[in-house]
Amino acid sequence: MDFYFGMLQIVGLHTILGLSAYIILLTGQVSMAQAGFMSIGAYIAGMLTVLAEMHLIPAMLIGGVAAALVACIVGFPALRVKGLMLVVATIAFGEFIRIFWFNFDYQISRGGVKLGPEGGEGFKQIRFFPENGWSTLDVAIFIWVVAGAVIAAVWWMDRSRAGKVLRAVGEDDLAAQSAGINLTVVKVSAFTAGGFIAGLGGSVYAHYTTHIEHLNFDIVMATFAIIYPILGGLSNVFGTILAVIFVQVFLLEVLRPLGDLRNLLFGAMIIVVMNFMPHGLFSAQVASRIKGVFSGRKEGANA
Amino acid sequence: MLEIKTLSKHFGGVRAVDELDFTVRQGEIFGLIGPNGSGKSTTVNLVTGIFPPTAGEIIFDGRDITTAQPHVTLDAGIARTFQNIRLFNNMTVWENLWVAQNSAEDKKATNLLSRWMGGSRKAKSQVEEYLEFSALADKRDELAGNLAFGEQRRLEVARALAAKPKMVLLDEPAAGMNREEVRALDERLRALKARGITVLLVEHVMELVMEVTDRIAVLNFGQKIAEGTPSEIQNNQAVKDAYLGTSGD
Repeated sequence: MDFYFGMLQIVGLHTILGLSAYIILLTGQVSMAQAGFMSIGAYIAGMLTVLAEMHLIPAMLIGGVAAALVACIVGFPALRVKGLMLVVATIAFGEFIRIFWFNFDYQISRGGVKLGPEGGEGFKQIRFFPENGWSTLDVAIFIWVVAGAVIAAVWWMDRSRAGKVLRAVGEDDLAAQSAGINLTVVKVSAFTAGGFIAGLGGSVYAHYTTHIEHLNFDIVMATFAIIYPILGGLSNVFGTILAVIFVQVFLLEVLRPLGDLRNLLFGAMIIVVMNFMPHGLFSAQVASRIKGVFSGRKEGANA
Repeated sequence: MLEIKTLSKHFGGVRAVDELDFTVRQGEIFGLIGPNGSGKSTTVNLVTGIFPPTAGEIIFDGRDITTAQPHVTLDAGIARTFQNIRLFNNMTVWENLWVAQNSAEDKKATNLLSRWMGGSRKAKSQVEEYLEFSALADKRDELAGNLAFGEQRRLEVARALAAKPKMVLLDEPAAGMNREEVRALDERLRALKARGITVLLVEHVMELVMEVTDRIAVLNFGQKIAEGTPSEIQNNQAVKDAYLGTSGD
């Protein structure tokens, strides 16, 4: 049973990560720095619970805010570059943060045991959950409470005028600007919100694995973050969740017996999906069809 | 209302706009015409702040907007449409207008949070009014990208209106329209004027320009070669030469 709870935990964590990229992607910006923002939340929240013996909840919020601040600072130079150049710039920034943690030492001795991040060795013994006697199921539930809150917040934001403003910028930033939308405010806000969510996810992730190191937040993680909203489509948040399940459960677990072939298939499947479903797994058409089923009427195909 | 003073824009060695002077008066429909590449669209882009001028000044309503960014010029009261329609295609007609409610008045009326959440009920009801004005009320939930060409042009004008402008710059609103649509546009322009909105009309369709405008400025190679009422322009030799290509400058 623990295997399924573990699955549930991973899907929850990656949903948070995917939604952090989703918000930024709505404004047409591809951020490859999400793993970096996540690592800031992870390290800071971990240090707060381990070294400062703080409770997890405030530590998570501080981790999220710290990541948001850094994301806000990244958001400004990101305004000057677009498209592929932004991808390169954010990759560079993500790597910069990773290398920072690789060289980051801050250990204190408590009862003969050294605690805290130790450069390349990573940050071990983030034991808030085991110390408080949480079972795998408890942790899975906790992750999903956080993920649920993030999903609800992003969904609600998406439906409000703010979400439409983000989308307007993503569709045509020149037209958006001419319609009176302040691009700087919108793009930087999106980065900040995305950074906060990634930081929040990272702080949960650190406590869930109990051991983090710089390699957890490399370009593979950054790619995962951006793959989910791209694969799931930008119609609404459920596409991202669906994509997480598709990748983490179907591609990575169900195909596990295939061994090395799996990696090959992983790439191939993503190409197939992008080709045959260019608007993502959960496009506007699919969404309106589902809505049609629930409201008991036939929906036209022109969604 | 809008004063353009010795405005220039050079792209490398090209003088797209060269020491241009003209003034648009409050409440009039002012036409800006000229052959292709004469600098009309560049002028619109300069006024709305898409790029800064090389030299010169732009004063609107007593406010210097020479180097203001697009959202600031909108805040000052200038809204625009684009020559090649630029709508938010994957958003509904209604949403296109909803996100465009960025007038200084709307910003002042509600706090930031409620603006982000959706704006006031009054603002939302005004969206319906713009839909009505542009004869798009029955298309409100249609995606903008799925509209017919003429409808998209009307939606762009409606989106400009949603910003409660004092002045609108329309960049070739009649391009690609048939005769009937042009006549409807003519009426809509007069309706804008009746609402007290000043119009700067950049247009190639001469029947419309001559019919609807109060005054016209003619550009050629970035310079103003004539200014006056439609009848004056029609009888101006320099304008005839520019359009027939008999004179090089």
